[in-house]
Amino acid sequence: MDWTLIWVLATFGLYIGIALWARAGSTNDFYVAGHGVHPVVNGMATAADWMSAASFLSMAGLIAGMGYGGSVYLMGWTGGYVLLALLLAPFLREFGKFTVPDFVGDRYYSGVARVVAVICALFVSFTYIAGQMSGVGIAFSRFLGVDFNTGILFGMGIVFVYAVLGGMKGVTYTQVAQYVVLIFAYTVPAIFISLMLTGNPVPQLGFIGNLKGEDISMLQKLDETVKGLGFESYLSSTKTNFDIFCITAALMFGTAGLPHVIIRFFTVPRASDARLSAGWALVFIALLYTVAPAVGAFARHNIIESVNETTYVPAAGYAQGSQLVSEAGETPSPAWFANWESTGLVAFDDRNGDGQMQIRGPAAPDGLENEVTINNDIYVLANPEIARLPEWVIGLVVAGGLAAALSTAAGLLMVISSAISHDLCRRTFFKGMTDKTELRVARGAAAAAVIAAGFMGIYSADLAFVAQVVAFAFGLAAASLFPVILLGIFWKRMNREGAIASMLTGLIPTFAYIWHFKLGAGKAATSEDWFLGVSPEGIGFVVMIGSIVVGVAVSLVTKPPPQDIQDLVEDIRIPGSRRSHGIADSGMAPVD
Amino acid sequence: MADTPESSDLTPDRKGYWPGVIRLTLTLLALWFLVSFGAGILLREFLDQFHIGGAPLGFWFAQNGSIYVFVALIFCYCAAMNRLEKKYRIGG
Repeated sequence: MDWTLIWVLATFGLYIGIALWARAGSTNDFYVAGHGVHPVVNGMATAADWMSAASFLSMAGLIAGMGYGGSVYLMGWTGGYVLLALLLAPFLREFGKFTVPDFVGDRYYSGVARVVAVICALFVSFTYIAGQMSGVGIAFSRFLGVDFNTGILFGMGIVFVYAVLGGMKGVTYTQVAQYVVLIFAYTVPAIFISLMLTGNPVPQLGFIGNLKGEDISMLQKLDETVKGLGFESYLSSTKTNFDIFCITAALMFGTAGLPHVIIRFFTVPRASDARLSAGWALVFIALLYTVAPAVGAFARHNIIESVNETTYVPAAGYAQGSQLVSEAGETPSPAWFANWESTGLVAFDDRNGDGQMQIRGPAAPDGLENEVTINNDIYVLANPEIARLPEWVIGLVVAGGLAAALSTAAGLLMVISSAISHDLCRRTFFKGMTDKTELRVARGAAAAAVIAAGFMGIYSADLAFVAQVVAFAFGLAAASLFPVILLGIFWKRMNREGAIASMLTGLIPTFAYIWHFKLGAGKAATSEDWFLGVSPEGIGFVVMIGSIVVGVAVSLVTKPPPQDIQDLVEDIRIPGSRRSHGIADSGMAPVD
Repeated sequence: MADTPESSDLTPDRKGYWPGVIRLTLTLLALWFLVSFGAGILLREFLDQFHIGGAPLGFWFAQNGSIYVFVALIFCYCAAMNRLEKKYRIGG
């Protein structure tokens, strides 16, 4: 019986059950789950919301390949939560509205600022969601034998049920279930592998421990092995410190500025719950993020040890083939390699025709060519098999990857639908809309967004493209959204003109730079052509500094914001003192 | 709400509270910078001569240590903010 199918059906059934139980009755339910989510529960939902298919499947492999260079993802994607907790989340919760453009539009008393923020939010969310949807399609087509497009349709159907019916309320509780599935699927194989390799069941301790029965630390051995094969050292990087600094910063500030993460903190009852909730979110994220570098290092070690210099045995007739090789006194290639070959995630190309599998880096001392290609995702997917865990664990990992993709997709859908129904319809174009109509529009917008996201997934099936555009999401969130929110809270003098100038200064150069070097004419450019030597992944941070400077300068030469707005800023700094303010709250009382 | 600073036991002291929040925030952000950009990037090569278990210290901060400190920083912030709110009689 196919365990993958059982796990996928069981978890999907669970998500639908939760969706039917948690239906939204009002816009307050639909956008912010009625402000009634417990901080720990919200922390768990935030963790699932935040950790995408890329975190779950690809990150460990990325770190395994890059060694120290992969640290930018580990620090960048966790450090942003410190900024969220200290600088944004509690104040935005005290402000008490539904969306990120809502804050920008009301704080800067400007419909133009609101619409610019909507554009930023939509752009960031759509680039991100396409990757999640094609992740779902790949999981289905590779592991369940379903066609790629049919797989995406399945995924769309599931998200449709709980996002459209339940809104934020349905999304919150399914995300909690998805977190449990994904963390279980990630840590169980990691514990067994750590035990096998280092004798320590805690992967974080195995990571810094010695290899089992040897007198050398796992990391040092790995570093010697990869250097011996002609790869870059595992413990350092060829990137400049300045570039590493900028990429880490862009990922951190980008994380803090991502709308789908920020809106999760609108669902808790009070400002003090928002900061506590950010702490819990990071605890749940750290459970995966501190295990990931261990998984990456263990898997790199295991893969080289078990594959390099073995005699290739194809999947067809593996049992007899490997026996023949053993009888001839040679080591056969491992069974997991043969099993995964059909998925295309691993491949062997016998360049020198000796029947042996050679793994080599670009600077191999013996001058041999590399013959083995390994996709980043294999490090997590094949882990259970490499550790010889029972078959049901392998199916669980696929269900975990799907949980990670679907939970992130749902969070992004909430941003997209609320930006359209609330910020564009209710607050900009049809101001007289009733709550009931708005709820119907929100459901319609969520449904339309599910369909749009599915099509984007289908048409961006070329994953290389998706990986490239994720740089956009973080760069733009850091450069365009983070500065206006930060200054809106901490600097009363920041005004409408400054905010619009700052968002545009963030949006346009970041977009142009990433487009030029990732997709446009400068695709083949080397690091010498980069501005100040900063890669497209890190440019968001440099532009963010510029956008803060522009925002402050423009504010200082134009009229200060109205007294009402300055009072509002005072209010959101002090928990429990939020009052209604004419300009910012016209037509909308602050929501409790 | 009255504009004059109050010292009665029930009125929130909004004027004293905010500078306290800013001081706390800057202190914690300095630590945040130190463990990630400092220990994990700028000082990595220097710290790598020391080891924690079998891992070079700077490398460990970049891949594991900084994350533990991040978690601790947020919970410290929560506790310190609760104390500040009590001290200045701010209702959360």
